[in-house]
Amino acid sequence: MLDELVRNLRVAYARLWVRIKGSNQEPEWIAADLLIPILTLSAYVYLYKMLNAPAEFSGFVIIGGTMIAFWVNVLWNMSSQFYWEKETGTLEMYLVAPISRMAILLGMALGGVVNTTLRAVVILVAGTIIFQVPLAVHEPFTALFTFILTIIALYALGMLFASLFMLYGREAWHTANLLQEPVYFLSGSYFPIRYLPDVVQLLASFIPLTFGLDGIRRVMIDGQGIADIWPNIVALVIFTIVLLPLARFALNYMENLGKKEGRLTLRWQ
Amino acid sequence: MQHSIETRDLIRTFKGQDKPVKALDKVSISIDEGEIFGLLGPNGAGKTTLIKILTTLLLPTSGEAHVGGFDVIKEPNKVRRVISLVSGGETPGYGILSTNENLWFFSQLYGLSSSAAKTKIKQLLTDLNFEEYAKTRMAKLSTGYKQRLNLARGLLNDPKILFLDEPTLGLDVLTSKNLRNYIVDWAKKERKGTVLLTTHYMAEADEMCDRVAIIDHGKILACDNPLTLKEKLKKNVIMRIEVSSMQADFSFMEKMEGIVGYSQTRSIQTDTTTLKVMVLDEKTFSMITSKLEEQKLKILSINKAEPTLEDVYISRVGRGFEDEEAGTSA
Repeated sequence: MLDELVRNLRVAYARLWVRIKGSNQEPEWIAADLLIPILTLSAYVYLYKMLNAPAEFSGFVIIGGTMIAFWVNVLWNMSSQFYWEKETGTLEMYLVAPISRMAILLGMALGGVVNTTLRAVVILVAGTIIFQVPLAVHEPFTALFTFILTIIALYALGMLFASLFMLYGREAWHTANLLQEPVYFLSGSYFPIRYLPDVVQLLASFIPLTFGLDGIRRVMIDGQGIADIWPNIVALVIFTIVLLPLARFALNYMENLGKKEGRLTLRWQ
Repeated sequence: MQHSIETRDLIRTFKGQDKPVKALDKVSISIDEGEIFGLLGPNGAGKTTLIKILTTLLLPTSGEAHVGGFDVIKEPNKVRRVISLVSGGETPGYGILSTNENLWFFSQLYGLSSSAAKTKIKQLLTDLNFEEYAKTRMAKLSTGYKQRLNLARGLLNDPKILFLDEPTLGLDVLTSKNLRNYIVDWAKKERKGTVLLTTHYMAEADEMCDRVAIIDHGKILACDNPLTLKEKLKKNVIMRIEVSSMQADFSFMEKMEGIVGYSQTRSIQTDTTTLKVMVLDEKTFSMITSKLEEQKLKILSINKAEPTLEDVYISRVGRGFEDEEAGTSA
């Protein structure tokens, strides 16, 4: 049992290492990862400034732009990774190895978190300084705790998507395309979600990023604390409790279905 | 004695466009420990399907399969502990990582400590003769070196049973030869590992395997050691005839009595066709040459040939591999 755990942790570490090594070998990629989000959020900040919106709107945008980097990473690097692994033939190597597939996903997730956090911190610091965002953080640990919970819930969702991508290939690819922009909108990445109609707010509550972003913003911009944002924390814990086992179940289910239908290693579907 | 690999009445069907396609049809084989066993057949014969089932990548529709004494359906994780799979023509890892880094990564999937992995990687690079590429990114390796890396990856965990799916696909003659020699040495001298090899190269199966099974349309047509299979053909006459046209029509041979089978290889460069014909006696053979002359085909050369594994295949299905793969019937 312990041997099994140690072996799978080694696998997760190895996959994390590949992800970090792979993403940081090309300096141009890092530059693009940093510049593109800063340009996007600059556009929103200048728009709000032009409309004479309150100064905290710039803070909304900066934090939103920082967190959206994680969503993009979950959607395109985490969820679609098994799809790419299948296309390049490495998925087969994982599947014939005596390891937990969740260990591979954990490694991918941790690697993604490390890479994206490094980039997100640069975006946050640069955005805050450039646009002179007024931050009012009274409980930094609450902000950190909410951030960690958001990331766990978000990557658990990524693990769930990864199993769908593994089997459905291009169909899942289209789904990811379909999800990208609505999540930007519904999670309130660049504006406060409370201005949206109730029905849309209800829809938004199915996305972990919505609760995470709202919680982090309230702690960092409005100066609120854990006593104010505890419902967000509860929601994020529920997301994690539901999504992680669901991802594990989905992965096993999809693997078995793929083995039955002969689609597990079938390429260019 | 327990078999390393054993299948019983293995059937696998896939959804076809009109009706289900039977990729494996009641395949029963037993492979002993330390044996190099070849599965020989044209593309689409069912070789890769069988390997996928035995390596737990695919479930059979019915039947049983045991690998290393474990049931591939009920105990897939136990099977995975004793096997390794190397597929020819595949990317052996991540292009952005070096040979060393790729091998270290895959060693972690099998629980090797970093120091054990380092020693093993060094030994494999030396044995496979590509230490100078240890720090080269995989994407920059030639096809031959990629395949060496692929084989090294497959041997990292010292598998008891090694599955090789077309391991020399797309490699030049010398690289293929070196890899074949290495695999035979590994299996016979070093650790008495069992090897299941799929190939459509006759010479490869002949050279490497203790026994071969000839598979076509999902059925095992013959299974024995290459020598015995060829010996059984000695009563037939095998002739190679080169004729002066690529467009020649040999359909007359399908109706001619006394012909066991034939294959044809057309050469665009020389505008010739080489026929390999297996006949019951010399008399039938003279009837063939008369028919060719009637078609005004110039016979460029005639040679009597020793039986090969291809002839075993021809004797069982009446045509050669290339005829099948090119979609021509014989």
